[in-house]
This record gives sequence, C-alpha cells and structure tokens, in this order.
Amino acid sequence: MSVSMPDTYVADDPAGAFPLVQLLTPEGQRVSHDEFSYDGDDDSIRDLFRDLVLSRRIDFEANALQRHGELGLWAPAQGQEAAQIGSGRALRPQDFAFPTYREHGVALCRGVDPALLLGLFRGVELGGWDPAEHGFALYSIVIGAQTLHATGYAMGLNLDGAVGTGDSERDAAVIAYFGDGATSQGSVNEAFDWAAVFNAPVVFFCQNNQYAISASTDRQTRGPIAQRAGGFGFRGIRVDGNDVLACHAVTTAAMQRARDGEGPMLIEAYTYRMGAHTTSDDPTRYRDSAEVETWKLKDPIERVKRYLLVQGTPQEFFDDLDAEAEELGRHLRETCKALPEPDLAELFDEVFVEGTPELAEQKADYLAFRDSLEPEGSAS
Amino acid sequence: MTKMPLGKGLNAGLRAAMEADDKVMIMGEDVGKLGGVFRITDGLQKDFGESRVIDAPLSESGILGTAIGLTMRGYRPVLEIQFDGFVYPAYDQIVSQVAKLHFRSRGAVTMPIVIRIPFGGGIGAVEHHSESPEAQFALTAGLKVVSCSNANDAYWMIQQAIASDDPIVFMEPKRRYWDQGEVDLESAPAPLHASRVLREGTDATLIAYGPMVKTCLESADAAAEEGNSIEVIDLRTLSPLDLDPVFESVRRTGHAIVVHEAAQTLGLGAEISARITEKCFFSLEAPVLRVTGYDLPYPPSRAEEEFLPGLDRVLEAVDRSLAY
Ligand SMILES: Cc1ncc(C[n+]2csc(CCOP(=O)(O)OP(=O)(O)O)c2C)c(N)n1
Repeated sequence: MSVSMPDTYVADDPAGAFPLVQLLTPEGQRVSHDEFSYDGDDDSIRDLFRDLVLSRRIDFEANALQRHGELGLWAPAQGQEAAQIGSGRALRPQDFAFPTYREHGVALCRGVDPALLLGLFRGVELGGWDPAEHGFALYSIVIGAQTLHATGYAMGLNLDGAVGTGDSERDAAVIAYFGDGATSQGSVNEAFDWAAVFNAPVVFFCQNNQYAISASTDRQTRGPIAQRAGGFGFRGIRVDGNDVLACHAVTTAAMQRARDGEGPMLIEAYTYRMGAHTTSDDPTRYRDSAEVETWKLKDPIERVKRYLLVQGTPQEFFDDLDAEAEELGRHLRETCKALPEPDLAELFDEVFVEGTPELAEQKADYLAFRDSLEPEGSAS
Repeated sequence: MTKMPLGKGLNAGLRAAMEADDKVMIMGEDVGKLGGVFRITDGLQKDFGESRVIDAPLSESGILGTAIGLTMRGYRPVLEIQFDGFVYPAYDQIVSQVAKLHFRSRGAVTMPIVIRIPFGGGIGAVEHHSESPEAQFALTAGLKVVSCSNANDAYWMIQQAIASDDPIVFMEPKRRYWDQGEVDLESAPAPLHASRVLREGTDATLIAYGPMVKTCLESADAAAEEGNSIEVIDLRTLSPLDLDPVFESVRRTGHAIVVHEAAQTLGLGAEISARITEKCFFSLEAPVLRVTGYDLPYPPSRAEEEFLPGLDRVLEAVDRSLAY
C-alpha cells in the first residue's frame, strides 16, 4: 500500500503565469517591471529601511525575552520583514488590517506600540490594543478565521459608501494577512468567495513563507497560491516577498483598486521564515540548513542596505538607526516586565457587556475563596 | 512493568495498534516528520511510511471529513487535532456526520474513528491552546468520549479506542504528557468504558478525569494529613458514563465532589451531580459539590493558576462538604 505523489510541485509555476514581481534584487539593484513601480525617493526608501530594521529588532528582543522566561512563546517573523513593512506602509490611516499572530512588522506600521504585542505571548493579555484606534485587528491564532472578518469589514465599507467616492481621505480598503497553510482552511476559501461575490474592497495578503509549522507548501496546495484567486473570479499576483519595494508597489496598487471599488485581489508574497515557527518549534526536524542558507542570500534587509550604501547614504544614518533600534530594545525589555498581570476577578466583568447572575455569583465565590487563603509569605 | 511518561504511553499504544492492524492509519497536522507538536506520533511515519502516517493539510474539517470516507473504505483513522481550540472547524463534521452516520444508516455504516485531542490548561500557552470542550462532545448523541489520566491507561486506552467500531473522542490531558508512570505491557486494565477507584477512602468521594485526577490524588494525600480519608475515582469514560462505582462509593461516604477544568455551567459535573442525586439521595449527607473552571473564556495564562481547580479549591470543597 502506498500513496503516490507527483514529485514536482507545480506551485513553482513552470508555466510562468505567476513570475515574481521584483523591483530590488538581492544584490541591491533596482529593476523595472512593466506594470508595477516604486515611486518614492531615496528618503522614503530609508524610511522603509528603518521599519525593516526596527521590526527585526522587535523579533530579536522578543526571542531573547522568551529565552529568559519573560514570554511563554513568540512567533518570529525574521525573513518576512519586507512583506510586512512593504504592505503595511501601503495602507492609509482609514484602512483596516486583519493580522495573524506573526504580523509584528505590520503592527509597527499601524502605530501599535510593539511592547503591547508582547502581552499575548507573555500570557497577561488575549489582545492588548484597541483595533479601532489603529485600524489593526487583534491577532488571530485560529488559522484563517480573520480572512472572513476582513471580508465582512470590507462589505461594511461598501455598505457605508466608503469605497469608490474618489475622496482619498474617505475611500478605504481592508487587508487580510495569512500564511500558505491557511489556504487549506475552508474559511479562507469562503472568504475568497464572499469577497468576490460582494465585490468587497479587501486585499488578501498571503505570506508564503514555505512552511506551516513542519508542512511545506506542497502539502497545502499543488497549484500556485496566486492562481487560487482566478477560480474565485479575481486577480492573483505573486511578488518577491523579500523585496520591500515590490511588496509596497503591488500592495499600493491592490489597495487603491479596492478603494476605487474594483473589488478583491490576492497577493502571494513569496518569502521564507528564517527562524522557527514559534519558540517551541524545532525546525531542524523538517528542513535542512542548506535551504536556510540559500534564503539567507535573499535577506530582505541586506538588499536595501546595499542599495542605500551605493546611493551614498551617510554612515550617520545607519548609526542613528542603530541607536534607535537599541532604544526600542530597551523599551521592549522594560515594558514587557511592567505589563500588568491579569486579575481573574476583573475578568468576570469582561465576559459580557451586561453581566449575568451566574458570573456575579462565581466572582463572589472566587473572591471569598481568594480571601480565605493565607496571604503569601505569612508564617503559620 | 516499564516506566514511561504518559505521552510515550500513547506513542507506544499507537505503535502497537498499527502493528496489529494495517488498516489503522494516522492523520493530522505535523504528525509525520515532526512527530506532532507534542511528539505523540514521534517515529511512526519513519516506521510505517507516509501512507499510514499522513501529514494533513492545515484543515480540520478536511481531516474529519476525509476520515469519514476512509472508514467507508475500510480504514481505521486515528486523527490528531493539534490543540483543543482548533477542533471547532471540524465540529460540524464530527457532530453532524461522524456522530450520525451509523444511526442514519441503521447500522450499515460504521465510523471507527478516533479523534485525539490534547486538552486542558496548565501549560502556560497562548489562547485557544488550553480549552476543555469535552462536554460539547459528550452531549452529542452518537459519540463516545474518553480521557486517560496516567501512562498505563494511555497505552491501553488508545488501543482499546482504536479497536472500537464506534467513533471515539479521545481527550488527552496535555499537561500530564510528561508525567512518568508504570505501564504493564502484558495485561490490559479495565475495559475502555469503565471508571476506576484509584484510591480508597471512607469520608468523601472525589470524582475526576484526565488532568484533574492527579490534582485529586494529591488533594486526597493532603486531606489524609488532616485526618480525612478521601476516595478518588477516575471516570476514564465520559460518554457513556460508568457511574456504578461512583454510586457505590457515595453510598459509603455520603459526600461527593466532582472536579473538572471545564466551565461549571452545563459541564459534566452537572450531569454527574444529577445522577448521584437521583441514585444516592438517601445516602447523601451533603449536596453534591463541583469544583470546576469558571464560566469564562479561558483566561490569559498568567491567570490560569487561579482559574483552574487546584489543591486548595478541592480541599476547600472537601471541607465544605464534610461540614454539612
Ligand atoms: C485552526 C487551527 N489549526 C491549527 C492551528 C495550529 N497552528 C498554528 S500555526 C500553524 C501553521 C500555520 O501555517 P501558515 O498558515 O502557513 O502560517 P505561518 O505560521 O507559516 O505564517 C498551525 C498548524 C491553529 N492555530 N489553528
């Protein structure tokens, strides 16, 4: 008894229908594309570089905090910074993003204090920020669920007439983040269908980092992920997910289409997760170091640095940025330990808007029990 | 007798079941190369091949739905749901399809499916990784639900569940995976759907399953120091319930306390209390008490110690019961 599997993985797209959109090569050369371009100047590229560096720093500190026992878990995003910053910086204040649990770079772009991201992983929070304040939903741990939320939010934009008015302050769109593994979930396929049927202004942004924990992309799909969109009636594009300029350009175009009322789009950012799935994962069990080394050469930060150096960016810029990253690191370390501990008694009041008699009784029981315990440290 | 952790007991039990019957197959997320996130299926793909230990796409509805078809083709799928909080995408297939097909077909179709769910809290995990959904399956007619509490039961109960022609939701107490225990590889313990008295006592009866069994045994130890003799019963099977040993015990002790991590309202404790009250009314010296999780969504892990029933809460309930 054996199950035969095709040995070539068509997601690599031999037919070439989904070539990678690339605007900056791993060597740091700008290249042109016949449809997409990055229109910012070198100052704006320095801004993107700054975000890339800071988001990697968040990761670095959070990993260290986890190792020191300050966080129960962390989901590293190293390697995916360009996909996150490129897309995150393509959003306008009135847009709304629906992340997974790994969108730390997008959170940075949305103005969420990175220290607040630690609450969930430290175990003191289940969220940590107000989604409406930042246009950034709470992290979603259940794979794929947020793609439907994003679609519903986008339908709401349609209903509110906040799409296609031509008013750039008003027109808004939604971006939904998810991984390659998520494309196997029914909910994600339902989101694609609903978005198309209702012409919802939502951009589906798949970071294909090649793995869903241990399962490589060919265990999720046998066709290019970008191709999925076609079957649902909208367009899919594959972009070099390690190229911040390309991610920015493609997302900017897709979001603008959506804001203009032209409906959903799928972007597959082809990238790689350099680290473990989470801090409790052991990637050596399922991938070899040669593969990791190959992807290291495509590092999303190095290529921008090479470009900026050739453009004559003064050393002072890099030094200032190092100091800023250092400061961010210090902020994360200090704020993490100062995040308030959850008080179970308060949580009884947060289950519902209008509490219930049962919860009130259980809270009273809990408090009575808590009070009955000897205070800590008291000798008996 | 050999000593091994509960998780290893499951692994050895799965291996034995696969050796005994080549229709037994394993399917789940990351169960192959990785051996599952808890390593419960460690080494099985290496030894039984990729056709019998299948790394599933990331789709719980798919895992359950395709397993139904596989059983109709004669296979006996053992499915791993990675964490309790991720079973809900598969919930529709489980309660609407798996649970009903035997009944609907008047017995013509059988569903020998085992759905393994690492459940419960206490490991400091992020949200959706610490839930106790057992009652939602136990209240579904057509499903059987069991939970092991020690390595020996882990080894044998998983084999018994796989051998059963009925669909079984197999709840694994994830925080006990690393607990060592003696495993008797020669002789099986009680049948799958039987509860067991783990510790004898005369003053009160503690009734638990899965992760709370250890908590109750420790509570009984502590109570003994205060001169109270506590009987501890491991339910092992949650649907069907095997309550005769419970009734027998409560008739002797007159005091019953049900302990589980799941929320109180409509939890298993409610059903068990009702049945004890019906059967042992004249022997009861106190109302049947429950020590459970509160009716909250699972809290952030830094509050879980207060949320989960622990030694102190169990002992307080024992005292309260004995004070009647
Ligand atoms: C419904 C559900 N099933 C299983 C899991 C456990 N899990 C967490 S992350 C993950 C892999 C996700 O892979 P992918 O969608 O590619 O995203 P990535 O983490 O690679 O960004 C799995 C299986 C989950 N969180 N939710």
